[in-house]
Amino acid sequence: MSALLEVRGLEVDFVQYERGLRRRSVPALTGMDLTASPGEVVALVGASGAGKSLLAHAVLGLLPPNAVECGTVTYDGVPRDPAARRRLAGRETMLLPQSVSFLDPVNPVGRQVRRSARLAGRSDPRRAAEEALAQRGLGPEVLRLYPHELSGGMARRVMVAMATLRAPRLLLADEPTTGLPPETVRTTLAEFRQLADDGCAVVVVTHELLAVLDVADRVVICSAGRTVDVADPADFTGDGSRLGHPFSRALWQALPVNGLHVSGVS
Amino acid sequence: MLQAQDVWFRYGARRPWVLEAVDLAVAPGEVVGLCGPSGGGKSTAGRLLAGLLPPARGRVTVDGATPRPRRTPHPVQLVLQHPERAMDPRWTLRQVLAATGAGPGAVAALDPELVAPGWLDRYPHEISGGELQRVNLARALLARPRYLVADELTASLDAVTQARIWHLLLDRCRAASIGVLAIAHDRPLLEVVADRVVDWDRPADTRPA
Repeated sequence: MSALLEVRGLEVDFVQYERGLRRRSVPALTGMDLTASPGEVVALVGASGAGKSLLAHAVLGLLPPNAVECGTVTYDGVPRDPAARRRLAGRETMLLPQSVSFLDPVNPVGRQVRRSARLAGRSDPRRAAEEALAQRGLGPEVLRLYPHELSGGMARRVMVAMATLRAPRLLLADEPTTGLPPETVRTTLAEFRQLADDGCAVVVVTHELLAVLDVADRVVICSAGRTVDVADPADFTGDGSRLGHPFSRALWQALPVNGLHVSGVS
Repeated sequence: MLQAQDVWFRYGARRPWVLEAVDLAVAPGEVVGLCGPSGGGKSTAGRLLAGLLPPARGRVTVDGATPRPRRTPHPVQLVLQHPERAMDPRWTLRQVLAATGAGPGAVAALDPELVAPGWLDRYPHEISGGELQRVNLARALLARPRYLVADELTASLDAVTQARIWHLLLDRCRAASIGVLAIAHDRPLLEVVADRVVDWDRPADTRPA
């Protein structure tokens, strides 16, 4: 099957003004490659600040106006510019955002989930909202709460519910499991696996390498704004000697279950 | 000993209890892990221990007394998951660190492993999240605390950065006999870094052995 999403050599610079009119260009991505096909879960892992979230936002055309892009993003066989990608966002492509701050702080959760249900074309938004939350172990009382009253894990489950109300063709999940207990991590990831098995292409940006290995078809590793390695989940085993790139090995060995080792990679 | 004795707390008189009869103790130099489901009140307990919230019933004591710092930093410092939300975005990191009351000399003399000298004149958004978390940790340590509460200290960081930050924290806390309460949902992490792990499935049954 051909790839639904194909990112080749994506570079992003941010233009900033220093004092007065002096401009400077800050490179953020320096060469990202990523492909995702229908039916596939791709894990995107790497150092914090490597640009994983930025890549997800770039794919959806959600970067701020001072971002300068270079490289190609092909979706469904056609190269798309940021404006075209922005038009697809929320319809065919969906972002599951990282932080609670993506929820509207002055509206109760219920109103926001019902809005998502309405936008997803559900006939009975009220019921759909309640069911979507109940599916994730959140009772109807959560609908009346404001985002600041949710714990981190509850907010994340609310956002998963909102993003999956409409079955997207491409789902980019940005750190969907941070702050969740292991049980919920497994069910959330299993849900992504199910979405992929139903024909969606899923990209999961995550730090939780260990948990994502169970569901991922491929692991893309990035560091300092570029893709450094693409690995088979089965290669993450033992002391990591089957991993090609030193950074992939360092990432594997630094996991708490592997002893929290700090190797020489900076 | 940092101690919570029979602590109760709720966010309003008509709201359900978040903490019910919680007992928790951290000895000097000890690292205690606190693990449990989300929404179980772990972060609330951290705020109570650090003196940011008063308990409705029960008491929190530091070495036997209720701390009432006036012009000095609180003896229990809280380090949160999101350093960018714990700093004034319009202050340089030098100003952020100086806010602890440490003199310019102490800020400049910080261990470069923790805070590289080149960061001091930058703003919080100009260094990466992992680097900023190191500054956040350095700020808490500059306040010369007797105890640290690390609430999901490295939950949003990659494994390599996570390992590095925990090694830095443990080295310094062991050297200065600082007691640490490490709050995290990542049980394998706590098993590596903590001397003992408290599980909060049932908050009422957490009396330490």
